[in-house]
Amino acid sequence: MIERKLTCIVCPLGCELTVTLEENRVLEVRGNTCKRGEAYAQNECTNPKRTVTSTVLCEDGCTVSVKTDEPIPKEKIFECLEVINSTTARLPIKIGDVIIKNVCGSNIVATQNRSK
Amino acid sequence: MRDLVIIGGGPAGMSAAIAARESGIQDILILERDGQLGGILQQCIHNGFGLHMFGEELTGPEYAWKYEKKVNELGIEYKLNTMVLDITEDKIITATNSSDGVFQIKAKAIILAMGCRERSKGALNIAGTRPAGIYSAGTAQKYVNTMGYLPGKNVVILGSGDIGLIMARRMTLEGAKVHAVCELMSYSGGLARNIEQCLNDFNIPLRLEHTVVEIHGKDRLEGVTVARVDQNRKPIPETREYIPCDTLLLSVGLIPENELSKKADIKLSGVTNGAVVDQDRHTSCEGIFACGNVLHVHDLVDFVSKEAEIAGKSAAEYIKSGKKQSFVIPIKADGKIRYSVPQIITEAKDVTVYFRVSDVYKNAKIVITDGNKTVLSKNKAKLAPGEMEKITLKAEQIKSVKELHFCLEV
Ligand SMILES: Cc1cc2nc3c(=O)[nH]c(=O)nc-3n(C[C@H](O)[C@H](O)[C@H](O)COP(=O)(O)OP(=O)(O)OC[C@H]3O[C@@H](n4cnc5c(N)ncnc54)[C@H](O)[C@@H]3O)c2cc1C
Ligand code: SF4
Repeated sequence: MIERKLTCIVCPLGCELTVTLEENRVLEVRGNTCKRGEAYAQNECTNPKRTVTSTVLCEDGCTVSVKTDEPIPKEKIFECLEVINSTTARLPIKIGDVIIKNVCGSNIVATQNRSK
Repeated sequence: MRDLVIIGGGPAGMSAAIAARESGIQDILILERDGQLGGILQQCIHNGFGLHMFGEELTGPEYAWKYEKKVNELGIEYKLNTMVLDITEDKIITATNSSDGVFQIKAKAIILAMGCRERSKGALNIAGTRPAGIYSAGTAQKYVNTMGYLPGKNVVILGSGDIGLIMARRMTLEGAKVHAVCELMSYSGGLARNIEQCLNDFNIPLRLEHTVVEIHGKDRLEGVTVARVDQNRKPIPETREYIPCDTLLLSVGLIPENELSKKADIKLSGVTNGAVVDQDRHTSCEGIFACGNVLHVHDLVDFVSKEAEIAGKSAAEYIKSGKKQSFVIPIKADGKIRYSVPQIITEAKDVTVYFRVSDVYKNAKIVITDGNKTVLSKNKAKLAPGEMEKITLKAEQIKSVKELHFCLEV
């Protein structure tokens, strides 16, 4: 049995979590203020994921801000960015538009409007 | 004559405008110097906004869009690319843009929502040269996120507030190597979640009690010397260490943008650098209200929007029925509590007081007294300067007091 200390990143409160693990199985989570903290600890110890935000170049040379619409596995962050950085987006763009489909298990969606 | 003019179209300005319209004010005008609404949020492309207001994690631009859409739906008038140059106590606003030239508007009420600016590097006394490659973190954020331009490849960041932390990750994601984030204090001013997801996720070292003591390089930055500091925050010479880098980002704090407030002779607080306000966010100048980062620096935009709603509603009340201030209860902070907003209470109704502490305290007790007896107290497991606290006083608790003391027992 081992104990692992984590900082919950789900909300700005940033609770300090103590997770008891046995062979990668989460036995107990302490220190969380709400249920989301427990779920976070569970995922973080088994399959850590992150939402990635970045920008995509538009055809006019401007940029549009984007995000993965689902969190992706943490170790795939740079793989995801490579796809983002090799893409040029067509204008106009509406917030929520899918800019790139299925990158590391998520769609890349626009978080800004951009007119032509 | 306009009913309500709002200066600044960031989250504070938009939220105040919406609240005022929903409280029945038809004639509202927002003046914004930028080419779009949204303020600084347009460059804060990371997520983590809106959990309090919307129960979901939004990026900065998405959060701004929720308000911009509402502003449009409600048909609230705004002028972009319009810079306000002056305001007076009589609520005459002087502004300029390329189509109207310089023009004046008289308003029944004004809401100040100009946000904040970064402390400049001029305020920092670091030895050595001043080569290219030194940016404030917010300027770098603007370059990377709105212009797609990466200011450098090897980076050192001074200051561990949230913008510094966010930029450490952002530069890393764009292919730069962040060698260190140096923080003068023994704790970071940023949120714990940002230390985790912006530094720890990418193995970026956070060097607490460290500062940059010298800058090297002729035309372009070549490196910085960092050193540990002692309890008096003086660098310890034996700990000097050279780090080669081409970029130094300074994230050394924000100050409310109050040039305009000074012109109207609005009373400012020496601690917040923002206006002194009552529970309605009414300043010392009748009919002028303030909210958002121009009032005090917020860490979460959600609190900015909430505060702006109060200002918007109160301005609407003021326009409809004038000011009714019968008494003034000052709120005094004991020093461990660095400041409160509001600083005065002028009406016996339920009031939520926001405040910040001046150091990290564990197992502390917030005690509010009327000078003699305790009005309210609350235990807190942890308090940190980076996190704004709040406490609500009931109308009955306010009714019977002449002053309020906010103290921290540790
Ligand atoms: C560089 C920087 C980065 C930040 N990053 C983060 C972050 O990552 N996460 C976070 O939670 N918070 C961040 N903040 C804090 C963030 O600013 C606030 O949460 C929020 O945006 C404040 O809203 P506001 O409306 O008060 O100010 P702002 O968003 O700054 O809006 C003020 C508006 O007023 C306008 N204005 C100013 N003066 C005039 C004038 N004279 N005439 C006309 N218009 C004027 C400005 O153009 C601007 O649009 C950051 C702040 C700065 C300065
Ligand atoms: S445990 Fe709940 S309250 Fe604590 S940081 Fe996580 S989400 Fe926020």
